[in-house]
Amino acid sequence: MKVRFPESADEAVADVADGSTVLVGGFGPAGMPYALIDALIRQGATDLTIVNNNAGNADTGLAALLAEGRVRKVICSFPRQHDSWVFDGLYREGRIELELVPQGNLAERMRAAGAGIGAFFCPTGVGTPLAEGKETREIDGRTYVLEYPIHGDVALIGAHRADRAGNLVYRKTARNFGPVMATAADLVVAEVREVVEIGAIDPEVVVTPGIFVDRVVVS
Amino acid sequence: MSGSARTVDEIAAAVAADIPEGSFVNLGIGQPTKVAEHLTADSGVVLHTENGMLGMGPLAAKGHEDWDLTNAGKQAVTELPGAAYFHHADSFAMMRGGHLDVCVLGAFQVSVTGDLANWHTGAPDAIPAVGGAMDLAIGAKQVFVMMTLFAKDGSPKLVTECTYPLTGLACVTRLYTDLATFDLGPRGAHLVETFGTTPAELAERLGLDLV
Repeated sequence: MKVRFPESADEAVADVADGSTVLVGGFGPAGMPYALIDALIRQGATDLTIVNNNAGNADTGLAALLAEGRVRKVICSFPRQHDSWVFDGLYREGRIELELVPQGNLAERMRAAGAGIGAFFCPTGVGTPLAEGKETREIDGRTYVLEYPIHGDVALIGAHRADRAGNLVYRKTARNFGPVMATAADLVVAEVREVVEIGAIDPEVVVTPGIFVDRVVVS
Repeated sequence: MSGSARTVDEIAAAVAADIPEGSFVNLGIGQPTKVAEHLTADSGVVLHTENGMLGMGPLAAKGHEDWDLTNAGKQAVTELPGAAYFHHADSFAMMRGGHLDVCVLGAFQVSVTGDLANWHTGAPDAIPAVGGAMDLAIGAKQVFVMMTLFAKDGSPKLVTECTYPLTGLACVTRLYTDLATFDLGPRGAHLVETFGTTPAELAERLGLDLV
């Protein structure tokens, strides 16, 4: 469907349902869609599963959503950071579930979801606790672990610029998970710094084509 | 043997000296980042950061940080001429697909056959975090580890079999420590060089046969 440009971040996330799996872009603060997360906090959806590389920094963004008690489960690679006190507290009190995923699997499982791949065999984690109980297979003499896709009901991502066709470009390492998450959710909402007219982004440099993007808000 | 135990800087310099010219290299968070300070411009080494960049430069100067440009430790960094940005699936394809020449990691324990334990102490109250460590361990063509050879309590960190949860099996190729450098492989730990100790002393302290 053609991309829409809601008036506000609140309007862009108004229909996120309780119990949704929400893919949230960003690697630490770089690429984090802060305005969309703040709008999700105001919107009130609860019992959420959040997929992000981390589990919130300091007291803003994802950490604020966690602090509101709205997140049932976090799927991430690296929850423990010097400023992850909100997650740390909830986890130690048993008030939040954690699925720890090696970072490459996190990216590839979403890539698989976005590309229609049913599952894949991967060498990461073989012989480690993170592969316990998972199916393995030897292929050409190497052992691989079976990994399943991570699909989102919603993706909230940060990008640098959009055009009116919903094509996105990112800036430097703030790109990180954005392009992968944009392929892997039913509803994809991008927060950008500016929206430009069609033709103002060279088609050769588009990173996320507009087909993957449902809504764009400027922040 | 050489006269005294190596400092972290000396270990980092030794690692840097062993990285072949023109390599694509990932430096893990913490001590391995010091290796960058010892890479010369004419080495042609290109640094990869897991969050989507090749051609990473030094840390940004205070007051000149660009928070769209950070490293795996979320510090503001800089870009060098010829740099490239890419998304996370491509970044980890570079690791998992065997395109990176070398990665340098820290460790809690390494086994004589190259098993690596560096992500979790296994303590029941510890919050586990793995990041890209497992992908790097199995993906890079060569995995170098730098660490102290003994823990603060005096126990060896080079062991017959790791007791901490594993990061990867048979993946570490070279181990650089304050007291010695080792080559690791299916035949066990081969002592390359010692610092401030002798091979005989070291074998006894470690309780290992060094091949």
